[in-house]
Formats: sequence, C-alpha cells, structure tokens
Amino acid sequence: MTVRRLADNQDINFKFDNQDLKFLNSLLENYPEDKKQSAVVPSLFYAQRKAGGWLPEKAILAVSDFLDMPKIRVLEIATFYSMFNLQPSGDHFVQVCGTTPCWLRGAENIKKACKDYIGQEREVSKDGICWIEVECLGACVNAPMIQINDDYYEDLDYERTVKILKDIKNKKNIIKGSQIGRKSSEPLERD
Amino acid sequence: MRIMVNIKIDDKDYEVEDGLAIIQACEIAGVEVPRFCYHEKLSIAGNCRMCLVDVEDSRGLSPKPIASCAMQVSEGLKIYTKSERVKNAQEGALEFLLMNHPLDCPICDQGGECDLQDQSMAFGYGSSRFEGDKRAVESKDMGPFIKTEMTRCIHCTRCVRFSSEISGNDEIGSIGRGHDMEITTYLNQAVESELSGNVIDLCPVGALTSKPYAFSARPWELNKTETIDIMDAMGSNIRIDSKGLRVMRVLPRLNEDINEEWITDKTRFFWDGLNNQRIDKPYKRVDGILKPTSWKSALELAKEKISNSKSEKISALSGDLVDIETVYALKKLMKNIGSDNFDCRQDGSRISGPPERWLFNSTFNGIEDSDGCLIIGSDIRKEAPLLNSRLLRKSRDDEYKIGVIGFNNDITFDFDFLGENPSIVEDILIGNNNFCDDLSSMNKPLMILGQGALIGEDAENFQNICIDLAYKFNFINNDWNGFNVLHSAASRAGAMSIGFLPSDKGMITDEILSNYNNKKLDLLYLLGADELNLEKNDDCFVIYQGHHGDIGAQIADLVFPAAAFCEQNGLYMNTEGRVQESIRSTFPLGEAKENWEIIYLLAKEMSFDIGFSNLNELRNQLIEEFPIINPYREFEPLPSPKKDEFNKLNGHQFKRIIDSYWQTNSIARASSNLSIRNNYIKEENNR
Repeated sequence: MTVRRLADNQDINFKFDNQDLKFLNSLLENYPEDKKQSAVVPSLFYAQRKAGGWLPEKAILAVSDFLDMPKIRVLEIATFYSMFNLQPSGDHFVQVCGTTPCWLRGAENIKKACKDYIGQEREVSKDGICWIEVECLGACVNAPMIQINDDYYEDLDYERTVKILKDIKNKKNIIKGSQIGRKSSEPLERD
Repeated sequence: MRIMVNIKIDDKDYEVEDGLAIIQACEIAGVEVPRFCYHEKLSIAGNCRMCLVDVEDSRGLSPKPIASCAMQVSEGLKIYTKSERVKNAQEGALEFLLMNHPLDCPICDQGGECDLQDQSMAFGYGSSRFEGDKRAVESKDMGPFIKTEMTRCIHCTRCVRFSSEISGNDEIGSIGRGHDMEITTYLNQAVESELSGNVIDLCPVGALTSKPYAFSARPWELNKTETIDIMDAMGSNIRIDSKGLRVMRVLPRLNEDINEEWITDKTRFFWDGLNNQRIDKPYKRVDGILKPTSWKSALELAKEKISNSKSEKISALSGDLVDIETVYALKKLMKNIGSDNFDCRQDGSRISGPPERWLFNSTFNGIEDSDGCLIIGSDIRKEAPLLNSRLLRKSRDDEYKIGVIGFNNDITFDFDFLGENPSIVEDILIGNNNFCDDLSSMNKPLMILGQGALIGEDAENFQNICIDLAYKFNFINNDWNGFNVLHSAASRAGAMSIGFLPSDKGMITDEILSNYNNKKLDLLYLLGADELNLEKNDDCFVIYQGHHGDIGAQIADLVFPAAAFCEQNGLYMNTEGRVQESIRSTFPLGEAKENWEIIYLLAKEMSFDIGFSNLNELRNQLIEEFPIINPYREFEPLPSPKKDEFNKLNGHQFKRIIDSYWQTNSIARASSNLSIRNNYIKEENNR
C-alpha cells in the first residue's frame, strides 16, 4: 500500500444526470431518512462505475453534494477503501488476487504475466489495460484467479493468463470463469 | 438525581458518579492516567491506547488491560493504574507511538509543553528498540494560522473531532488507513472556522502548531498573565504570554461559565497588532499634518480648546475596547465641563433602560438548559463564535429548534430561516407564523437579539415588541429568563451600566455625528472610538485618545497616546453582565499613559475636582456609585425586563454590524496575522 492521493490529471466531465439521480435516490430508500450518509459507499461505487472505473474529484464532490456530507468525510471514505480507484484504471481493469490460497497456487506467475504483457502495476497500457494486485477476491477454490472489470477468470497459470490478455488486445471473445473447463468448482481430476 | 457508585482506585476507596469514564474517575481521585486522544470536551475515540488500566470486577481481573477512557465505572469496580502489567502496557503503547515519531524536539515548537514529551518521561520505556525506517508524511497547508508538521502526528484525531463537534465545519479529516493514515483538510484547503486555532492547543504533539508564533519563543521564557479578552463581548478568559515588552502569544484559560476552554482565532492571533500602527507619543495637527508634541503642550492645547468651546457644542464618544474606569472618568469630566453629549453606542444602537433590557440574561450556561432558540437580527457566528459553538452543541438534538430572523448565513448548523424582515416578529406575536407552533411547545426557549436589530429610529419600539413576544411565549416566565441581547463590543455593557449615555437634553451618537458633519460641533472627544464613518472637518476640533493610528486618529487634531487593554488594569463587563478585570501584561508603549490617567491629567489641567488621583480611588468610587460593577460580587441573574408599550413597526431594518470578522477593531485592523487571514478567505472565495 502506498499513500493514496487523487489523480493529477482530473480532466474529465462528471455530473449526475436524472437517470443517475433516480438510481441514487433508490439507494437512499435502504436507509433511514436522517441517515442519508449511510449510502456513501454504494454512491461512490456507482460514481466510480459512471466515471469509467475511477473516482475523479468531481465525482467525490458530486456525492458529497448529493448526500449533504462534508467533502472531507467523502474523501475519507474514498481513500480508505482500496476498491475505490483514485487513478484512471483503463478500459480493462485487471485485479490479480495475491492472497495466500492464490499465492500458494502460483499467483506470482500471474503477476509476472501481467508485468510482461501489460507493464508496471497501476499503469494503464496503450491498449487500455491496467493491473493491480488485490486482497482475496473470494474464489479460492479455483485459485489462482484474476478479475477483469466485473468478471472472474479462474484456474490460471502463466500461459493461460497471457492468452486472456492477448485475446483482450485482439478483441476476441473470452470464456468467463474457469479456464480449464470445469463447472463452478467441481473437483479436479488428478492425473 | 445523581447515582453514586463505590469504586477502588489503587486500593483506595472512592465514591464517584455513575456513568463516568474510568479516566474521569481517576482524574477526580487525583490519580494520573496518561492519555493522548481523550479530551473532556470531545467525544471518546479510544485510539491512542495510552490510558490502559487493569480492571477487576466480580468476575475477576480483566483478561487484558482496558482503555480507561472508553469504559464506565460501575459498583464495586477495582481499578489498578500502577500494576506491573499496566506499566508494561503503557510502555508498549508509547513505544509504538514513538516508533514513527521523529526525534526533532530541539527544533519543535511544542517542546516544553508537549504531552508526548512529558508522558514519555513519566510513562515511557526510556530508550528505543526500533531500528527500521521511520514513516514520513507530507506536511499539509491548513491556512495562515496552523503550521503543520505531519510526520509528528500520532493520529489521536482530536483535531478531527474538534472540527466536527466544536467548530462544526467538518474541515479536518483523516484520509487513508493504517500505516498510511494522514490528517488533512480537504485537498489542503485552508481551515475556515473562526475557532480553528484551538486545534493547536488540542494537538498533544507538535504536528499542529501556531504559524505566526513559530520559532519565536520557548514556553519557559514567557511571562504568563492571566487576563481576559476584549476582541468580542463574551469576555473569554485568556493567558497572555509576553517576553520583555512584547506579547508573544495568547492562550485560552479554562472557564466553564464563559469560554470553556476555547478562544476564537481573532483572540488568539491579534497580538501582532499591538506592535503595528501604535501611537507612542502625543500628536497635534499643524498645517494639516499630525506632528509629535509633548504631553504638556498637548494638554494645554486641549484645555484651551475645551475652555473656548460652548459646553453644549462639546461631545464625546467612547469606543469598543475601553475599560469601565476610563469611561466613568470621562463621564465625570464631561459633567464637569457641563456637557451632556456623550454616548457609548458608537454603532448607533438604541439600547437603554435597566440592565436586564440589554444583557444576556439567560447567561451562557443557561443555553445548556434551554430547549429552543430564536435569533433575531444577529450574525451570531461573527458576533460571538464561541456562543455559536454552544448553540451548535444544542442543535445536535433533533428536538432543539432554532429559528432565525434576519441574516441567512452559514452558521455551521441547521436552522429555520423565517425571513429577513423585522416585521416577522409582529407576525409571530399575533400567531401568524409557522414557527409559532414550535415556540409554544418550548418551555425554556432563548431569544437572542443582536445589536444589528437595535439600530435606528424604531429600535426601542422593536425591542418592546420583542419583550412582549418573550412574555407571550415562554422566553420569560417565573423560573426562566431567556431574553438575551448579544453585544459584540467588549466595552459596551460596562459603559451602559455606568450610564455613559446622554440625558434627555444631550445628543445621542446619530445626532453627534450629523452635527459633526453639519459643522455644528466645536469639539469632539473620541475615547478609542474608531468605528465611525467620519471625514476630516476643520470646523470641529477632534481629540482622539487611543492606542492605534486608526480611523479615529486620522481625523483628529490632537492625539493622546494611550495604553492598549493588555498594558493596563481595567474592568470590563461582558454581555452576560459578568464583570472581570483585565490585567497588565506588558507596559504602555513610549510616552503612552494609561487611559484613566489621561482623563485625570486633563481634568487636573482644567482645574476640575474630579475626585480621584489613582486607579484605586477611581475604582472604589466607581463601585460605590455602581455596585453592579464590583468584580468581586457574586454573579447573580437579573430580573426579567418589564413590558412596555409599543406601536406598529415603521420601516425598521436590520443592520449588519460586522462586515469582516477579522477587522472589527483597531488592534485587529493593525494585525498582519488577521489581515492575511482576511485576504486568504477572499482568495478562497474567488477561486
């Protein structure tokens, strides 16, 4: 972990439109009327999705406006959770699980594949791909695994990871989930 | 009804109130428990882990030491603060805190008054076992008052809690987490609160220190004078630290009845104004230019001018920073001259009558008992920021309704804005307002009437309407007096109470000023009166007595150099009617004399028998004539103001009495600290 700061380049337009506000208002229904600020995490997450996978300052201000919260309190939340990206994360945001089960099953190789094929961690490549190592993503049974945008890719090794990344570059269709063809997490046949 | 419980602290029996935190019980018992994050006036965070103690109840000794700030006492609890395990735990906590704390005490401004330094000596391990790299944190920009050195921060979060609970602006927060946690404002913005300087006192280490005071003195070389503040009319208790002839800094003193333990930034940082723009010798106007002269010739000139003027064409105005004794002396002088044209209400307010009509009757502590509030014509955040903070605390209660008539400003908490027209008070009186329902449900509401509501022809009538309103709802009843007038000038209540007001045949401020402008005045004596919008006028001889070359001195023909409030002893009455003494901390500058002495010398020059020759005689005489001024009398609540007849309002308007919070008096205007702050906000607003 390093100190998390807002991105230097904030050159992006961000504003909640009517459709956004409709969704955000529906979030508020989950909480008591005078506890609007409880919706800060889902609101920020929605804003991150809208801004293209990261939180520009304007998004933080928009959320603080929407929830009537002091802006420093929203900034606190945005910097606290590592799932909020404060830097642009490209079109294809690759999260490599590096926690113990995946690490035991070879997450280091996956990281090497990412380094070889994308570049340095947290840097967006020309093709719009960016990777970071994250804590457990909860798919330990199919370790090692990565998450690209919203989808999981499981049962990986160096070659399979490279193939996925190549396919992304070439805009080919990729099978989601297990890359060795097993259904959910059925037992592996050992040879 | 307080429930008491019996506890044991270090094997001694104590009886304390139920519900206290263990650390508070220890405090009462006189047992010292080290702490960093715990603070009596702030919520409990429990994150420094310094106040660990052992606790034993019926189930036996606690498995781990317990943070004493976060646990309450209960019947039969045994507390051990000095056991081996506690000592170990505290040493451990401190070692962890010091792990990332730089060893830069020799260049740190907190040195000598640092909680971390003191507690490391008393409770620390003695040496460090840490061999890794220390964490470094970028220092933040928090504006012109707060200097930050964030590597020193131990994350007690006192400043964060202060900013949300006391100042109410929610400006300081902690970003990141764990090892990377940092205390900061939102993207390095300047703190905007008027109370921000208090985080400097709150910070237990040298992370937040005073920027203007940086590297100028060590606490042990300062002379400490316990005195009071006159930047606003609350009479906050302060300590002035001086070195040689200079005031180096101002700190708050604890007074639960007035300022608790906070002061405003204006009070904390005005001190450099005492060194700028000072009048250190008498001046008289020769060929249109003020030239230095001697006391002898200045007094002779004053005598000549006074004797040559008709007494009904002589008038005097007193300013906002003058002590009661001087005003009293000037009143006697004016009586001797035979003039009735003197007024202490230089902003043109029309308050008059017995003290209960123009004092803060509920007292500041009464705010805690109140259950609602109606603010009329007062920009309360600028006029009394600490009062605003007390209301903020009450406003946390959802049931506590606050209505505002007059100015719709950001006062850090929510309120119902009823409108900006004074006639709304009439509407409420006849029950024609939504807020009436709220008001009638309150048993102990407060009414806070600002000076801005009491300026103009119709002011007295308006005040009578407000008093009637106070009787109609529960503002005033048999056991509650919530009719409050808020002053913003420190000397106003005192000058009012000794009647520095014209009689029926005399002129009030507005008449004096219009006569001055119409050249119908021969002589005008300005006793520290600077907040007047006057042009130089050759037909009227103006004598200015004061300490700063400000607006008053610019139009004067004769200037008497006087001591500032911290260079002489003097009495002040705050807006509650509490009389306190301001004590001398440094000496008057150059040839300047104490204020009362100048009046005395002038009276002697004119051969008047003014009845005193030193401050003690003057004060004794004053207290004999006006027992309310006795600073040693028990402070008692006043009776309720009497109802009076009133008419329908005729074009009454509220007036904003404070344009710029940072520049309300001559000392503040001369202070570069406060000017920088004033401009800072403007720049922020333009951005």
